[in-house]
Amino acid sequence: MPNAQSGFFEWVFFFVKTYGPMLLKGAGTTLLIALTGTIVGFIIGLAVGYLRAMPCEKENGAARYWLMKAARGLLGVYIEIFRSTPMIVQAMVIFYGMASVFHINLPHLLAGFIIVSINTGAYLSEIVRGGIQSVDPGQMEAGMAIGMTYGQTMLSVVLPQAIRNILPALGNEFVVNIKDTSVLNVISVSELFFVSKSAAGTYLKYFEVFFITSVIYFVMTFTCTRILRWVEKKMDGPKNYDIHGSQTVPDVELIQAKGGASNG
Amino acid sequence: MAENVLQVRHLGKSFGDHEVLRDVDFAVSKGEVISIIGSSGSGKSTLLRCMNLLEKPSGGEVLFHGENIQKPGFDLQTYRARVGMVFQSFNLFANMTALDNCVVGQMKVLKRSRVQAQNIAMAFLEKVGMSAYVRAKPRQLSGGQKQRVAIARALAMNPEVLLFDEPTSALDPEMVGEVLAVMKDLASTGLTMLVVTHEMGFARDVSDRVVFMDGGVIVESDVPEVVFTQPKHPRTREFLARILNE
Repeated sequence: MPNAQSGFFEWVFFFVKTYGPMLLKGAGTTLLIALTGTIVGFIIGLAVGYLRAMPCEKENGAARYWLMKAARGLLGVYIEIFRSTPMIVQAMVIFYGMASVFHINLPHLLAGFIIVSINTGAYLSEIVRGGIQSVDPGQMEAGMAIGMTYGQTMLSVVLPQAIRNILPALGNEFVVNIKDTSVLNVISVSELFFVSKSAAGTYLKYFEVFFITSVIYFVMTFTCTRILRWVEKKMDGPKNYDIHGSQTVPDVELIQAKGGASNG
Repeated sequence: MAENVLQVRHLGKSFGDHEVLRDVDFAVSKGEVISIIGSSGSGKSTLLRCMNLLEKPSGGEVLFHGENIQKPGFDLQTYRARVGMVFQSFNLFANMTALDNCVVGQMKVLKRSRVQAQNIAMAFLEKVGMSAYVRAKPRQLSGGQKQRVAIARALAMNPEVLLFDEPTSALDPEMVGEVLAVMKDLASTGLTMLVVTHEMGFARDVSDRVVFMDGGVIVESDVPEVVFTQPKHPRTREFLARILNE
């Protein structure tokens, strides 16, 4: 262990050596919560955004209309509440609220998953709704015009385009989540910030430890940003397409040769 | 007179206070090719869109083989597959290749297998001269090519009637020809077609009947020879004089 006269780098080296595995484990927890929270939040966002973008007309039945109205009102309340309060406060209210009102002691990690998921869900539902509305209405009309239902056209035509459009925002949300899981230290989730705080507190060396912590956060977010950029490119597909001339035979023609189904 | 495939009775449509269609009556018999002409805002497109319920009529009814398409329990999905639509702005599914554009509806609506749907799609893409581009995404195609794929997509559903909503209005002049050629070819196969168009050449040479609309009503409806050479109504004369002198 370095002594009082030791310099900055000696302390950093010491912490890396002795607390390295613990910090990395904390970083793992951070990534796990951020990833789970973003994925579950995205699923919530898709469901809520889909419901909120759905046209609802009185002519299709009064019961259905009012049910939709009520569901939408509730979802609106959910979005507003979670977007208008800090996640650190939501963490306190949910974790301690569950304990004192319902006498449920949530495991810390599970509480972390739940809080990040529903918080992310609130943000992403608005982003999904915007994404759906950004797709040309002609796409929905074309789907309906060949007999597909609203749901079928949504799933195979509109949502894929909407998701492609919101992918940058989704990646952004993931990166924000990696950083914002640090607030979960208030409910003792042993993520990177919580572990760092304990390590630093033991030796009262906050700068040295949090220097290492910031490097870990940076590496995580930077790597994730690059990966997401790559995924976006992949999703756009190749810029070129093959023209089928005399030299090439498309797959379908091969199937045709084999299957020989008649033209119906 | 052949059997009426589609019949429109007292059809009305208002957007708020604006009355776009007023008491429109007309019938389409099997195999007929009808061109609907008129200046913009005359209600032509709205009429077409009411016929497959992309727009809900405010009054009147649309009958398909004598059956009201708005009655409860009417199978709208199957009806829309039987009465296809080609849009002015193509509206090809942007996330799919040309081939998948023609396949997805067949699989979802007609429950055909992928192989069967692909074979049928290929046959129609061939017919419109687009079989070389099956793997292209819509954004990689020219307007004329997109519209030909859109026609193949509608045809793949095995329709009885095709509605064309100004299919060449969004095209560069040099691409209008390739789309019209495909449509002419279709007309000769006996497909029932309703074409909202500004292409007077097509209306005159290809259609069996020309319907002139103005101010939300059908002003005149007759064989092309009569409408183009001796229109009865002054408004038809006025419109034709204006558009043919351009």
